[in-house]
Amino acid sequence: MSIIKTEGLTYTYSPGTPYQKTAVSAVDLDIAQGDVVGVIGHTGSGKSTLIQHFNGLLRPTSGKVFVDGEDMWQNPKEIRRFRFKVGLVFQYPEYQLFEDTVYKDIAFGPRNMGLSEEEIDARVRQAAAFVGLREKHMQKSPFELSGGQKRRVAIAGVIAMNPKVLILDEPTAGLDPKGREMILGQIREYHEEEKNTVLLVSHSMEDVAKYAKTALVMNQGKVFLYAPVEEVFSHAEELTGLGLSVPQVSRVFLTLARRGYPVNPNVFTLEQAKTELLRVLGKGGSDHA
Amino acid sequence: MLKDITIGQYFPGKSVLHRLDPRVKIILTFLYIVVLFAASNPLGLLIGIFFLIVAYGVSRVPPRMILKSLKPVLPIILFTTLLNVFFIEGEILWHWAFLTITKEGVATAVIMSVRIACLIAGTSLLTYTTSPIALTDGLERLMGPLKKIRFPVHELAMMMTIALRFIPTLIEETDKIMSAQKARGADMESGGLMQRAKALVPVLIPLFVSAFRRADELAMAMECRCYRGGEGRTRMKQLHVGGVDAVCTLFVLLCLAGVIAVNLYAPPLF
Ligand SMILES: Nc1ncnc2c1ncn2[C@@H]1O[C@H](COP(=O)(O)OP(=O)(O)O)[C@@H](O)[C@H]1O
Ligand SMILES: [Mg+2]
Repeated sequence: MSIIKTEGLTYTYSPGTPYQKTAVSAVDLDIAQGDVVGVIGHTGSGKSTLIQHFNGLLRPTSGKVFVDGEDMWQNPKEIRRFRFKVGLVFQYPEYQLFEDTVYKDIAFGPRNMGLSEEEIDARVRQAAAFVGLREKHMQKSPFELSGGQKRRVAIAGVIAMNPKVLILDEPTAGLDPKGREMILGQIREYHEEEKNTVLLVSHSMEDVAKYAKTALVMNQGKVFLYAPVEEVFSHAEELTGLGLSVPQVSRVFLTLARRGYPVNPNVFTLEQAKTELLRVLGKGGSDHA
Repeated sequence: MLKDITIGQYFPGKSVLHRLDPRVKIILTFLYIVVLFAASNPLGLLIGIFFLIVAYGVSRVPPRMILKSLKPVLPIILFTTLLNVFFIEGEILWHWAFLTITKEGVATAVIMSVRIACLIAGTSLLTYTTSPIALTDGLERLMGPLKKIRFPVHELAMMMTIALRFIPTLIEETDKIMSAQKARGADMESGGLMQRAKALVPVLIPLFVSAFRRADELAMAMECRCYRGGEGRTRMKQLHVGGVDAVCTLFVLLCLAGVIAVNLYAPPLF
């Protein structure tokens, strides 16, 4: 079943001025309920612009967006409804924190939904637990926390709205490898528990390979590829042509396959690489080496 | 988009007007104002209008920008027109109760409104064809002599440059924070005055925090590059007065001469 669908979605910034720029053009997409989609593409390829259409922050210059089968802009007055259905975490979300305590900041979304105090409290605690924030953090000012912690507060603020679709715009930008693993791991756990749809915008092919089921490759405002991760990475040459690198392990295995080793070239994560190598070696891959 | 407000002022291009030295452009704009006020009869004003048409034509700024620049001053133009039409005494054209319209009144009203319109459209052309940075650069150099009386010209220009540089950044940031809070269900479009003011808190606080952070970073970066104020500072972009500037100056001076000639030899209106 599709949860988000677009038809000929096109968006132009500042139309009619010298700064006019078509950031997204004629995008037809169909995102299935429960999928984890990795959105990749160069800086400026229109990823951020595209995802802001999914919760109605941007209104298409032309084309349509359907969420849960409903045309979003049928009734513009009711657009806020979709904001709760599709939760969007912006890039560098820590810069949007404003309340005097972490607890209140996470509660901002649920409160805007008009929930009861008990419900808000339950949601805040649940969301905080998902991103690994402990009780002792809850009454602190968000401005006292470290960068990684701030980001997790911001993500919790969106998770607390219990959206059917969670979209994260480069949630790991500017974090160290440990912080990245942590946040992505928590998002995966959240997805597995809630069975909701997740869109993960990322620069890193490794992250997409490891965490996403489907990959959406954007190039110059258009959808370049939209397919299961395995299939997308088998187009290694084209991706490299776009200036996007396939994961390092994939490159190793593609090269091995090209040189005639009997390996399966569709390998994107270290785990898969290990299994594949053991399989090939166990089968007696010594006739080459 | 919020962004359109300020950035919309400057129309990047490569026309003769864009290439003019900003100092010369500022001075010529002043000269044009002089032309407009020296023109005391319709023929002189026609020269002013003619100049405007030529200048906009050369600059390749779309003509609809003239209307856009006039929009904010429309009330002023209307107001002066009304004042002139009804309160100047002379040969009566129309009379009803306490209202009288005179020939002189109508003439003055037309001249005044054309003059104001030309004034605004002409000075707007300066900001349409000069980037804010070039403009402050030109101003700083023109005000250079004021340094002798200890007027902090350089500091003022630096402040203006920084402010101008950060206006688009801050507007962009405001846009982004607003979007982020809207994504969390913040409602900025409905409700009464109090409610709307309250809805701004989630935007203003992050905005201030980030503005202070940016100011801090900028100050640090400037100090790292040994910024010590204007003393002995040279510039990357040198301003040059060249042939283009001479030609444009000549053209404006011709217009001025034309207006003066018209004033001397054409019969005055009244
Ligand atoms: N607010 C804006 N105003 C004008 N142009 C914009 C704005 N935001 C993005 N753009 C332009 O739209 C294009 C796509 O940007 P974006 O969607 O942010 O790409 P990505 O997220 O893939 O880096 C870029 O060329 C960018 O310069
Ligand atoms: Mg982006």
